Formats: sequence, C-alpha cells, structure tokens
Amino acid sequence: MSVIIEQPKSPRSRKAANWEKRGWMYMRVSGVLLIVLIFGHLFVNLFTGEGIHQIDFAFVGGKWSNPFWKVWDVTMLWLALIHGTNGMRTLVNDYTDREGLRKTLNWLLWIVCGALIVLGTLVATTFDPCPAGTPVNLLPALCNGLTH
Amino acid sequence: MPSKPAGTLYRGKVGMWSWVLHRITGVAIFFFLLVHIMDTALVRIDPAAYNGVIGTYKTPIIGLGELGLVAAILFHALNGIRVILIDFWRKGAKYQNVMFWIVVGLAALLFLGFAPRHLMNVFGAH
Ligand code: HEM
Repeated sequence: MSVIIEQPKSPRSRKAANWEKRGWMYMRVSGVLLIVLIFGHLFVNLFTGEGIHQIDFAFVGGKWSNPFWKVWDVTMLWLALIHGTNGMRTLVNDYTDREGLRKTLNWLLWIVCGALIVLGTLVATTFDPCPAGTPVNLLPALCNGLTH
Repeated sequence: MPSKPAGTLYRGKVGMWSWVLHRITGVAIFFFLLVHIMDTALVRIDPAAYNGVIGTYKTPIIGLGELGLVAAILFHALNGIRVILIDFWRKGAKYQNVMFWIVVGLAALLFLGFAPRHLMNVFGAH
C-alpha cells in the first residue's frame, strides 16, 4: 500500500502548513458561498423569463454588460472549479492504489482546473457584447445604434 | 454466506447513502462544469456558434438532462449544508438523520417548483 497512515496520537509537525486541513475548510467555506452563487445563477437563467429558451448570445451580452453579473460569474467560476477539483482529488486519493497513477491523475486535475480558470476568466474579462461583423439580430439591445 | 455485521451506525444507513449520493452528484456536477465553461467560452469566439451550441441545451433530451442536473445540484448543495452542520454544530451529529430527511424534503420541494416551469420552457410552443 502506498498510503502511509500515521501513528494515532503522534503530534503533527507544526512546521509545515496543513494543506489537507485548509482543503477541508475550503470545501465548507466555498460550499456556503456557492449555494448563493449557483442558486442565484439557476434562478435568473433557468427560472425567470423564458428559462433555458432565453439563453443566447444576446442574453449573455445583456448580463455581462453589468459588472455585477461579471463579478458574480467569475467568482462562481473560481470557487466552483476549485471546489470540484479538490473534491475529485479526494476521489482519486480514495480509489487509486498505485502512487504513480494517483499523482498523475491529481496533476491532470489541477492542470485542467488551472486552464479552465484562465480560459473562463479571460472570456469574461475581455468580453465584447457588440463584436464587429455580427448580424444585428444576434446582438443584445444595448448594441443598437452602435456603428462599426 | 457472510453474515451481516450487526450494530453498525453507518453501513447501509442514512450516513452511508447520503455520502454515496453526495459523491455521485459531486462528480456529475464537476463534469458538467467542465463542459459548461467550454460552451460558454464560445461567446468570446463567435456569437452564432454560441447560439448553435446553446441551442442543443433547448432540445427535449438535453432538457430532461438539465432536470437531472438541477436535482443533483439541489441534493449536493443542501446535503453539503448538512455535512457542514454535522462538522460545526454541537448537535449536528445527533440530528444528522433528521437533517438528511429535511435535505431530501427541501430538495424535492425546490425540484417540484422548478420542474414544471422548465418542462414548459423545453416542450412548450415558442
Ligand atoms: C452548491 C453548493 C455546494 C455545496 C454547499 C457543496 C458542499 C460540499 C461539501 C461540504 C463537501 C465536502 C464533503 C466532505 O468533506 O465530506 C463537498 C464535496 C464535493 N463537492 Fe461540493 N458543494 C457544492 C457545490 C459543488 C459543485 C458546483 C461541484 C462540482 C463542480 C461540487 C463537487 C464536489 C465534489 C466532487 C466533492 C467530493 C465528494 C466526496 O469527497 O465524496 N460541489 N461539497
């Protein structure tokens, strides 16, 4: 077995930060915040108006022209993805018994997490609701009257 | 045949099944999130392509999948609160069993509030 179980009652080294404990705490703190962020997200996007039917580029453009929703969505992106990735790390630790495989999968998880956080953050922060050359009927109302 | 272990507080009970459900729903939501970040990224590349992909979210089969996703999120989120209460509330462990049924009840209630509306949006005339 690759996992070393420490002697019960052996004192924990105080020198290093206890990352396992920080991760445990992170799951709980992010969980509470995600309740608000995800329930709000589902309510506004899927419950109000025409629900799933209203979602299109113009809808996103309208929402992201308001900094409030941009901050909301980017915060949700970071919190949820790190929460989910850390949760998946727990599963990898539980179900792999070869150390090399365990390390590889955990590396893979964090690489995917980092890449998608960068992607999502860039998409939201560099977003243009009225991109040039787009048919007007695809654009949010706020683009009316803009000329390119 | 091995006999059933007697006197366990965990195995086969609410404690175990809530954990199994929490784990399965967590993994399902995780994989959806990966896809969802990538489909949303299309808003930065091509509005028409985004509308095309998001259009598949409005089809009956994926629409039903969304019901499952919402159910998974409702359970995972509310049971997450239960886990947090078990960890931090003095009486959390004592009431973990009742809290599980409160979680199931609340999740069912919220789901029943959401499902008809979503089904109308997916299957209704537009
Ligand atoms: C909506 C609010 C959410 C709350 C309140 C919540 C709560 C929690 C808590 C407290 C844990 C730790 C359980 C433990 O240590 O035993 C956890 C685990 C987990 N969560 Fe969440 N979560 C939420 C959203 C999400 C999302 C959006 C994802 C996916 C991206 C996710 C994926 C996971 C996974 C994979 C685990 C690990 C499960 C396990 O170890 O069995 N959760 N969640």
